[in-house]
Amino acid sequence: MTLTKKPESRPAPASWGLSKRGIPWEYAAAPESTDHIDIQREYGLFIDNEFAPSRPKATFEVINPATEETLSRVARASKADVNRAVTAARHAHDTVWSRLPGSERAKYLYRIARIMQERSREFAVVETMNSGKPIKESRDVDVPLAAAHFFYYAGWADKLQYAFPGRESRALGVAAQIIPWNFPLMMLAWKIAPALAAGNTVILKPASTTPLTAYLFADVVRQAELPPGVVNIITGPGEIGMELVRHPDVNKVAFTGSTAVGKMIGRAVAGSRKKLTLELGGKAANIVFDDAPLDQAIEGIINGIYFNQGEVCCAGSRLFVQESVYEPLLDKLKARLSTLRVGDPLDKNTDVGAINSAGQLAKIAELVASGIEEGAEIFQPDCVLPDKGFFFRPTLFTGVSQSHRIAQEEIFGPVLSVLTFRTPEEAIEKANNTPYGLSAGVWTEKGSRIFKMAGAMKAGVVWANTFNRFDPTSPFGGYKESGYGREGGLHGLGAYLDLSPNGVSS
Amino acid sequence: MAPRRPPATKPRAERASVLRSRASAPLATTNGTGAAADRLGVRKTYKLYIGGGFPRTESGRAYEVFGARGGLLANACRGTRKDIRDAVRAARKALPDWSSRTAFNRGQVLYRIAELLEGRRDQFIGEVMAAEGHGRQRATHLVNAAIDRWVWYAGWADKFSQMNGTVNQVAGSYFNFSVPEPSGVVGVIAPEGSSLLGLVSRLAPVIVSGNCAVVLASESRPLPAVSLTEVLATSDVPGGVVNLITGLRSELVTHLAGHMDVNALDAYGLDPAQGVAVEELAVENVKRLVRPPRAGADATDWLSPRAQSPYLIGEFTETKTVWHPIGS
Repeated sequence: MTLTKKPESRPAPASWGLSKRGIPWEYAAAPESTDHIDIQREYGLFIDNEFAPSRPKATFEVINPATEETLSRVARASKADVNRAVTAARHAHDTVWSRLPGSERAKYLYRIARIMQERSREFAVVETMNSGKPIKESRDVDVPLAAAHFFYYAGWADKLQYAFPGRESRALGVAAQIIPWNFPLMMLAWKIAPALAAGNTVILKPASTTPLTAYLFADVVRQAELPPGVVNIITGPGEIGMELVRHPDVNKVAFTGSTAVGKMIGRAVAGSRKKLTLELGGKAANIVFDDAPLDQAIEGIINGIYFNQGEVCCAGSRLFVQESVYEPLLDKLKARLSTLRVGDPLDKNTDVGAINSAGQLAKIAELVASGIEEGAEIFQPDCVLPDKGFFFRPTLFTGVSQSHRIAQEEIFGPVLSVLTFRTPEEAIEKANNTPYGLSAGVWTEKGSRIFKMAGAMKAGVVWANTFNRFDPTSPFGGYKESGYGREGGLHGLGAYLDLSPNGVSS
Repeated sequence: MAPRRPPATKPRAERASVLRSRASAPLATTNGTGAAADRLGVRKTYKLYIGGGFPRTESGRAYEVFGARGGLLANACRGTRKDIRDAVRAARKALPDWSSRTAFNRGQVLYRIAELLEGRRDQFIGEVMAAEGHGRQRATHLVNAAIDRWVWYAGWADKFSQMNGTVNQVAGSYFNFSVPEPSGVVGVIAPEGSSLLGLVSRLAPVIVSGNCAVVLASESRPLPAVSLTEVLATSDVPGGVVNLITGLRSELVTHLAGHMDVNALDAYGLDPAQGVAVEELAVENVKRLVRPPRAGADATDWLSPRAQSPYLIGEFTETKTVWHPIGS
């Protein structure tokens, strides 16, 4: 049964989001078509290449955060379902997947990558409808990167003997993978691709608000004729994720999400033999020196915090501006902020889409209120927001000090805190003054300063004169409480292999 | 080298009867009843592949190609020094684009070659059977391996540098890194006996890193190579990245080996007896050279996993090391 969305039910076109101080002309509506999209009325759990209801049968609602309309209902897994999924993954690993030569595993993964490329527009539209992110981002960033991740790791599947010299690389076995709602399909690819390439089988639990592209991916798995049980996908509330993590027959746990939940998972696997990688929150410093090319820096700042509505673990949420360039930079920043188009994520002109859920919207609002209360100065363009859906204006705060909540806590929304500095040493100290350490940005024309700052940042990813750049070849992950382990590149492959000297994972 | 064609003194009528339709040519539609086709097949003309197009040799000459079990298969172009000159020029022209593509893009192009080769499996199985005299099962094995080898090398495009490139911890406040870059225009002397798998095994590692190739096909078994260029032409491979010259080794090898605008030479497929002479020619512009194995390329077990290696990619790359100060 299908439930196709009609165009009339979408919110107002992006041109309504324009600030009066912004671009002085109207944008015509540029809606991405949804008439080729087929979202099922209901999705069961995906185990052993079959969709089946949960036991006992239970479902929950999945909505479009831009319109608040129901898109589908998906199965709510029980503890018994978790066990079924792990059993299927174990069986597939022991009897099929671990016996296939790497070259055959590679060809399955290449098939998946190519099918994702073929169906890219379908994936992009469903991702936007389910997550609220602008179509131009899901189309140009999320989906291509997801397919590229499969393509990259496909190429490692039959080359493991070259990846880690001196080690007989073997799979860990069954991997439990829990992913967040901010990049649903991309996070799925970051998890599943290296796991399968290394010879593991997986149970993936997507976030409860954004399961749809995962279930679409299940169809790709079937089209690629992947052996049953190699990829299993289950949906359910957070407790189901914890059940999965605690299951005794899981060898590897990979989690991307908040630091708080990451710590819960860490406690849950304590004392077990399970290998764990965590990719958690961040409060990245984006540091602009006075010799930075201003216009490029502005684009980098804007992209750093308003890309994906700021719902990005590595978002550049703390801007550090060298005092000598503060005035001109802030003027340009506010002007550029006023040109951002907030509105219908399916409109190709939209820059800032919907916040993923009512809950997240409330969190953002609460922290923004704290910023005002603690004495920072707020700036927001006066754009009109759609009257339905979860939307928040792109926001920046000036007069922020280090101890403000908006300088310390991860907001996970389109809110930028602006601070200043005079010397590189001051910038370093302030930038590192956080329990997080996922990413950092440096803007300067001087090469030696780039390398000095990159070396000084306690962050797993440093972007110099750019921001939010991702690539399957490039390892991504955090320092400190932003987690440990890397995704992407050779390092990301190692996370899914038993590299211990005796062949027994410790 | 001993001629492999019937002596020129044979009466014309008899020579004409030697020509018969190839077993490898795909049959057109039949009525499905009689064993004999009631339709005359349209035979392929085997030409060179230069700059993405299929020109004939500028000399207008041909030589006869026979199957391993006898029987005339086709007239192949008898290429010349000028054809090599044109091919090198095409390769040089294609180099800036091909070498500056993202590794991801090159990987995808190589994978697409495998996709299209897979679609033509039956054609190549037939061609390899005729060229090398194998039965269908062995020929299938060889063609499958050739396709899988393209897939294998496609996967190295964006990984080779992670294995071969380095960040070097110099004893000073410098950021220092080494990266492999493609050598440029690479001459490839294809193995004589292994008409498809041997060629693929030598060609794929050359182009995956961004080099452009000028290939001298096997002299006695050039036809699968020419068909391979048809696959390349339809696989998003830019023109000039691979160029193929067919003809007599004795008329071609020295010109390729001595060409001053060829940066490297894969002489693995060369007759070892010619090794010294070729190497001395190659020295003129300090070409990077891979020598033939002592026993000759035909002794290679091409099906073995040892016939593929990332270190073959490395043979045709240059290492660039860069220093930059670290400081305020």
